[in-house]
Amino acid sequence: MAPVTTIASHLTSAFISNPEFCRLSHNLHSSQRQRRCSRKSVCGTISASIDLKPPPYALNALEPHMSKETLEYHWGKHHRGYVNNLNKQIEGTALDEMSLESIISASYNKGDILPAFNNAAQVWNHEFFWESMKPGGGGTPSGELLELINRDFGSFEGLIHEFKLAATTQFGSGWAWLAYKEHKLDVPNARNPRASEEDKKLVVVKSPNAINPLVWEYHPLLTLDVWEHAYYLDYENRRTDYITTFLNKLVSWETVSSRLEAAKNLIVEREREMEEIDAIDEMDTIEPEDGDMYFGSDADDFVDDEE
Amino acid sequence: DALEPYMSKRTLELHWGEHHRGYVESLNKYLEKDDILYGYTLDELIRVTYNNGNPLPEYNVAAQVWNHDFFWESMQPGGGNLPILGLLQQIEKDFGSFSNFREEFTETALTLFGSGWVWLVLKRNEKRLAIATTTNAVTPLVWDDIPLLSLDMWEHAYYLDYKNDKARYVNVFMDHLVSWNAALARMARAQSFVNLGEPKIPVA
Repeated sequence: MAPVTTIASHLTSAFISNPEFCRLSHNLHSSQRQRRCSRKSVCGTISASIDLKPPPYALNALEPHMSKETLEYHWGKHHRGYVNNLNKQIEGTALDEMSLESIISASYNKGDILPAFNNAAQVWNHEFFWESMKPGGGGTPSGELLELINRDFGSFEGLIHEFKLAATTQFGSGWAWLAYKEHKLDVPNARNPRASEEDKKLVVVKSPNAINPLVWEYHPLLTLDVWEHAYYLDYENRRTDYITTFLNKLVSWETVSSRLEAAKNLIVEREREMEEIDAIDEMDTIEPEDGDMYFGSDADDFVDDEE
Repeated sequence: DALEPYMSKRTLELHWGEHHRGYVESLNKYLEKDDILYGYTLDELIRVTYNNGNPLPEYNVAAQVWNHDFFWESMQPGGGNLPILGLLQQIEKDFGSFSNFREEFTETALTLFGSGWVWLVLKRNEKRLAIATTTNAVTPLVWDDIPLLSLDMWEHAYYLDYKNDKARYVNVFMDHLVSWNAALARMARAQSFVNLGEPKIPVA
């Protein structure tokens, strides 16, 4: 811990000599005094870079469906704990400086999870969860999201039924998800020869403990925390009531729609990149000279050695 | 309400009255459906439905019924303090000292991620005591060890009383709730299956 602090304070002192920065950092301090102190060169304490993001609404904004007390504990203690523990774990390692999603896939290690995974994934999951809710939420989705729901689940009620089932039957701690799935194999040169929009679909999945659909390369759209700490204070053991209330009064379908759009754009972009790479590959393919069976000049060497 | 103030009456009302009862009712519903699982005792049922690691749907509820029964019996009002007689001897033999054991137990309980249980088991093959953790509904019965004590680390066990302060829950359990008498009785019973001491072979 000590060497990191000194480096940080050196950085700070180096910058402060620059009067420009002095003014800037002053503004920074005053406007961000409310923010939790987690930036590197400003505080000089733990410098690992994952922040504790607050939910996009006040802690009592989801009353009476999710009490202020629950949010105080769930965000203030559990989520904060994950952030702090993660920062402690990644400090000084290769995972430090990586984005949260990269940390998650690196520590997932194809299933053989490393210690940082649980904390990293839980940080991501909880951020995602807060943003999936809003005061005065509920209702029904619309637009493209609704179309896809109708296509993949038959109807909105079908989706609700599936989602409730997944959330209720997740035994132990875990999460229920609505995700967007592209049908592709998990190999770098996977190409679906007859790719079409139909291949990409919405799915409802559930995951244990800290696992999330990112590790299966799905695009998560919505989540519900079914760890007991999420609902025990408000609903005690009545998980079904919690799920129903979440779906009726808390879920933010606008956020889900915008995530869907983002996912689709990402997929389109990736496909375009793949096409470009393909095009380059085509051009680079070496054509053998007429009459020459072997590439390059290695053939000559080979023949010489034989003699 | 006998475990107040360490485990509140409300927790027990919920934990036993709703969770535990729920497991029993679900299990009965499963068993009513057909006669395939007829005639097993609860212990046997657990082993059978565990199916060597590929559990059948009845496993979770059956195991949780057993686990909770075991858990209630692992506690007593006015519990805590130190184990006595042979159990203390065995703990000191296998862990070095009681405080080592307690530290290890606490640490294991706190580092368990997700839902699960922490156990003091007597390992059959190695003929020694050990601390084991299991996730969700798994129990040391399925790998044929003999549990002596358990602590429920599912959040529903402590959330109402301790919220997220797991350390306090575990310490209170060790200080005031754990029933060493029960553990001693279980160990005595276990010794009919596991020979802990050197067998006394007479010389001539």
